[in-house]
Amino acid sequence: MQIAVASGKGGTGKTTIATSLALSLASLAKVRYFDCDVEAPNGHLFLKPEFSESTPANIWIPQIQTEKCTACGRCVEVCQFHALAQVGKNILVFPQLCHGCGSCTWNCPENAIVEVPNPIGTLDRGMAMENVEFLRGQLTISEPMATPIIRRLKKLEQPSPDTIDIYDAPPGASCSVVETLRGVDFALLVTEPTPFGLHDLKQMLGILSDMNIPSGIVINRDGIGDDSLKDVLRESNIPILLRVPFDRALAENLATGRTLVEVYPNYRDILREVYQRITEIIGGKIQ
Amino acid sequence: MNAQNCRAKQLIILSGKGGTGKTSISAAFAHLNAVRINSHPMVFVDADVDAANLSLVLQPDNLHPKEFWGGSLAEIDPEKCINCGACSPVCRYDAIFPDPNNDQVQWVDPIACDGCAACVYACPVDAISMIRQQEGNWFQSKTSFGWLFHAELFPGRENSGKLVTLIKQQARLFAEDTQSQCVVIDGPPGIGCPVISACAGTDLGLLVTEPSLMGLHDLKRVLGTLRHFHVPAVICINKADIYPEGTKAIREFAAMEGIEVIGEIPYDEDIPRSMIEGKPFTLLFPDSSAGRAIQHVWEKTIRLLQLEEE
Repeated sequence: MQIAVASGKGGTGKTTIATSLALSLASLAKVRYFDCDVEAPNGHLFLKPEFSESTPANIWIPQIQTEKCTACGRCVEVCQFHALAQVGKNILVFPQLCHGCGSCTWNCPENAIVEVPNPIGTLDRGMAMENVEFLRGQLTISEPMATPIIRRLKKLEQPSPDTIDIYDAPPGASCSVVETLRGVDFALLVTEPTPFGLHDLKQMLGILSDMNIPSGIVINRDGIGDDSLKDVLRESNIPILLRVPFDRALAENLATGRTLVEVYPNYRDILREVYQRITEIIGGKIQ
Repeated sequence: MNAQNCRAKQLIILSGKGGTGKTSISAAFAHLNAVRINSHPMVFVDADVDAANLSLVLQPDNLHPKEFWGGSLAEIDPEKCINCGACSPVCRYDAIFPDPNNDQVQWVDPIACDGCAACVYACPVDAISMIRQQEGNWFQSKTSFGWLFHAELFPGRENSGKLVTLIKQQARLFAEDTQSQCVVIDGPPGIGCPVISACAGTDLGLLVTEPSLMGLHDLKRVLGTLRHFHVPAVICINKADIYPEGTKAIREFAAMEGIEVIGEIPYDEDIPRSMIEGKPFTLLFPDSSAGRAIQHVWEKTIRLLQLEEE
């Protein structure tokens, strides 16, 4: 079972819900938590893993073997991302523009291109609290591309029927969110009852309908805003699975790195019930 | 210095972590500038193009969308495809499958396609072409608080960095044509491609953070990003009273890094109300302690940008 926790708007409580969901389910099954918010990963502040392994997340970029290169310009022509340029008889490579697609390598008529790893981030893993397996991607500062790191992070482990994988998604509604959602069974959408939360939630619902992924809603900081969320959800037929009322004491505790289920242990049962509902929704969809 | 002879200054508002209050503060700045005595026009940009919220508060009169065309995606012509299987092994994005409607031909999943065109060159019968995609719309909108440049990236699309660059450039050209003093950019969360596009060439970064382990962790990353691009930064701590120890930790970090903390804004439960009413917080609640704190941050910011009258 693979569940993504996403939101659209930032700071609605994705990590709060994802980490506590992981802890609540760890007594039922093997749980893996993937921090896919590789630009601003925060899951480790709550689940406190001991990292035992760290590997570079590489993009394979072209290296021109000048002794073979005839400066025909074919590589520059096939690159869609302007990562190669020709200046006189030299081919220049711009690593930060390269998507690592390999097209230049395959299309070089002289076999003059080899691919070399260009690290743009790291992939870290280790065991966290309560036997949750923790996997994290981290984009290196000043590198632009988050999506390839998410793709590599998810590939560290294959989905398995007896394991619950929780993907903590980045904010927004662009390509990095889509990469996180690819192949998941369910998306748990954490929102807040404000016009900003609602606007960005609608963007998410658009993506999920295109990708044909079932979803349910968590309303976090319930009570701070208005009711317009309810009308939208009624129209789109998406169930509300959980409401977490706004509570200043909780906000203070979360700020220190305590999880929701450590502050309020009754949320363990509540989150297990949410999981139960998710399995029912997915089961219903398959039939 | 004669303000009319120099280019418009650019202020970028960033946070790393989402939901710290960038947009509420940007909207308040638009209001505070509009009511400033001897106010020079400023231009506002919402650079969070895949979760664009500034227009929900500044409320433009009407929208005139202009199309944003980004990259291209591969498309296989089922009439031409001979199902030879040359395309799928060269795709590093696992985007090519047998067509769900006709398993005798191959099909490109538009959600997975990265637009690299490797398959186009691998196809022996020219059955694959690259189709340019409209990836969103952008707007130049008049609001009661000045001009706003904003955009809506279509859900799930790439190229948000390019769209950010486009609206920033349009805003800057407009600012220069209208002799505006400053372009204020409400930035996206994170540190990746849209953030890099948003902070390129700016004169000052205002980092809006919150007193939590997450806020500080992500602040460090976004500060590193600004430094890499040689943009000077100052910090403003929002919701500062939620966790005073956290505020202290941010101040200690700032002192160590030699970054000025230009203000603390207390938590105020009326902030969501300003979103619901679609009005800047400082317009609705000018005398609240959060409203006064934002005013103070604003005054400091325009002094740092040297926008005050000589």
